[in-house]
Amino acid sequence: MAEINDKIEADMVDQKDAPASVAPDGPAIASMNMIQALNSALDVKMAEDPTVVSYGEDAGYFGGVFRVTDHLQKKHGLNRSFDAPISESGIVGTAIGMAAYGLRPVVEIQFADYIYPAYDQIVSEAAKMRYRSGGQFTTPMVVRSPYGGGIFGGQTHSQSPESLFTHIAGLKVVIPSNPYDAKGLLTAAIEDDDPVIFFEPKRLYNGPFDGWHEKPVSPWKAQELAQVPTGKYVEPIGKARVMKEGADVTILAYGTMVWVALAGAEHAGVDAEVIDLRTLVPLDIEAIEASVKKTGRCVIVHEAPKTSGFGGELSALVQERCFYHLEAPVARVTGWDTPYPHAFEWEYFPGPQRVADALKAVMTGGR
Amino acid sequence: MKNTPTLSLRVPEPSGRPGDTPDFSHLKLDEPGAVARPDVSTTPAEMRDHAFRLIRVLDDQGKAVGPWDPKLDPETMRRGLKAMILTRAFDDRMHRAHRQGKTSFYMKCTGEEAIAVAQGMILSREDMGFPTYRQQGLLIARDYPLATMMNQIYSNAEDPIKGRQLPIMYSAKDYGFFTISGNLGTQYVQAVGWGMASAIRGDDKIAITWIGDGSTAESDFHSALTFAAVYRAPVILNVVNNQWAISSFQGIAGGLETTFASKGIGYGLPALRVDGNDFLAVWAATQWAEERARTNQGATIIELFTYRGAPHSTSDDPSRYRPGDEHEKWPLGDPIARLKQHLIGLGEWSDAQQEEAEKEAVEKVRAAARESEAIGTLGQSRPSVKTMFEEVYATEDWRLVEQRREVGV
Repeated sequence: MAEINDKIEADMVDQKDAPASVAPDGPAIASMNMIQALNSALDVKMAEDPTVVSYGEDAGYFGGVFRVTDHLQKKHGLNRSFDAPISESGIVGTAIGMAAYGLRPVVEIQFADYIYPAYDQIVSEAAKMRYRSGGQFTTPMVVRSPYGGGIFGGQTHSQSPESLFTHIAGLKVVIPSNPYDAKGLLTAAIEDDDPVIFFEPKRLYNGPFDGWHEKPVSPWKAQELAQVPTGKYVEPIGKARVMKEGADVTILAYGTMVWVALAGAEHAGVDAEVIDLRTLVPLDIEAIEASVKKTGRCVIVHEAPKTSGFGGELSALVQERCFYHLEAPVARVTGWDTPYPHAFEWEYFPGPQRVADALKAVMTGGR
Repeated sequence: MKNTPTLSLRVPEPSGRPGDTPDFSHLKLDEPGAVARPDVSTTPAEMRDHAFRLIRVLDDQGKAVGPWDPKLDPETMRRGLKAMILTRAFDDRMHRAHRQGKTSFYMKCTGEEAIAVAQGMILSREDMGFPTYRQQGLLIARDYPLATMMNQIYSNAEDPIKGRQLPIMYSAKDYGFFTISGNLGTQYVQAVGWGMASAIRGDDKIAITWIGDGSTAESDFHSALTFAAVYRAPVILNVVNNQWAISSFQGIAGGLETTFASKGIGYGLPALRVDGNDFLAVWAATQWAEERARTNQGATIIELFTYRGAPHSTSDDPSRYRPGDEHEKWPLGDPIARLKQHLIGLGEWSDAQQEEAEKEAVEKVRAAARESEAIGTLGQSRPSVKTMFEEVYATEDWRLVEQRREVGV
């Protein structure tokens, strides 16, 4: 356990020495981890659009506790990248006012676990603004927040609250799983005319963690999806990515669980099609339907607790649309219905073994 | 051996309940003209006293006295008076419309008209106001079409916000009037953000916002004051202390311990406490705060001391929790009567003109009602059902398309 913490910290230290973003006159493609890719998205958008501003707790001078906003203040000025008081409702509430004025604020909530004081502002205000004002006022804004477990953060630094936001009319919910998508999707989120909740799987910041926690962490640079254009590009919100094609079973996952799903399928020796949803709202229903109709089986994986988790929605949609193609009941591999416990990180975290078990059950069960 | 007393909980109670004689003897009211007017650049620390005093301009005879007299020209005052009269006439008509079953809900601002009317006249439509549900006077002072307000109240086919909100939750961007939320206090911090945005862009516009005494207990109030002070946001932060939050008197929000204006002191904000029923005092204090905001000296908190003359809403019955004649006994009078008295004293108005203005207001409201009711009252007319699925997002996603089809529209 201590070793893992040391490793994570070591990665953070490495990170400090790495360039936060690539200079505009540098190469067109650079190897980036997720932090650098997100930073690059902000940097490029702030350079291009003077209405983009970035702020949050420790997000100004220091560049954020995860360094995602590093150097933005130096490059774009105090007025556009600054530290905020420890007041999540204040951060989001002011962002709503700024968005209504005509800016495109990108605010950081330091950990998704801290987002609850801002819930009223997000749910009752940002989400409803366009609708309730008959289109007079809109809130183009992004609420960025590191989320998820696997870092020994205990219950207040590990949660996955996405389903609290997917339930809300008027919000979009985006969760990237790799540097390439992180940059392209954050760019799209900033350009989106609706409020976007952008959850960053913090366990993936420094490498594609696959859940085999006793194995050394692999770096992003070995991955094709870490080859990131240094300039601007957009990955569309609402489109899933087929991470791996397969014939036998569809795995629906997002965030860290995409990598866990790949590892779980490999471990089970099953020819699984792994779909990275990337956007929960709006959801790429066509991609899901096409895959499940092809494979006839479906396993859903998320870190959040099972009850009323997004997996419940996915399962219902699959059942509604693909029932007569299904060979076995839809399975869910999720966090437990407990708070996220510090001492039982790996019992709670839905790892590749649990995914493999579910895959085997789905493959052998059914008709 | 225990030698301390048993602990007991204090639950604040108002000075009067139904059946009691209204008692305002506990109020410390400064004499008109008694409070000094500090220079606009005074530091908050140097003017702390103002948070506990009460700025008044009009005396009991209707004369404008003291350093806060804004010395308004009579035409401006007449405009203000007429807007207040019209606001009251509008309220009366819509309250009746509710009783007649023409709508589901209404909220009057009786006794508080001076606040939104004066402030709506001072600031421009380019500035943004983040109101609560009792600043209809701002729209009326800016000549927003009364029929359009009614269309909103009736959720009819011409409602600019398409039947989506509870009556009176107007939205009028072109009039500097932000969309009203039913969740209290949320607008306060949004106003600060709007002001910050104006400053970030090097603009010259400012924000103004209102909150009730009761809602100052919401965390958003404190977030707003923190952000406003930290970033020196160009915003005017009003606390409309109308004594009552539905049935809870202002003591439940902390009003017995200190003034609402003084809440600003801890944040390092300049704070003014003003007779909210005194049009000229409201005008002068707002102008002071406006100048401060426009000259990059940041936010001011203004407590507007007033009395909610009407029920909280059409769903409320104040006879259940406060003395019936409390409003009549309010020691700071009525804003319309006081400005009228002042203008008459100046020889710029008369009882006959007042009567004429009241008749004219009733007629304007009646004409607007005819126009709006010709479109339809609640349930008689409404926007197309398909609009229910529109503007949830900039563009509909597949779920909304499917659900709209399910409804058959």
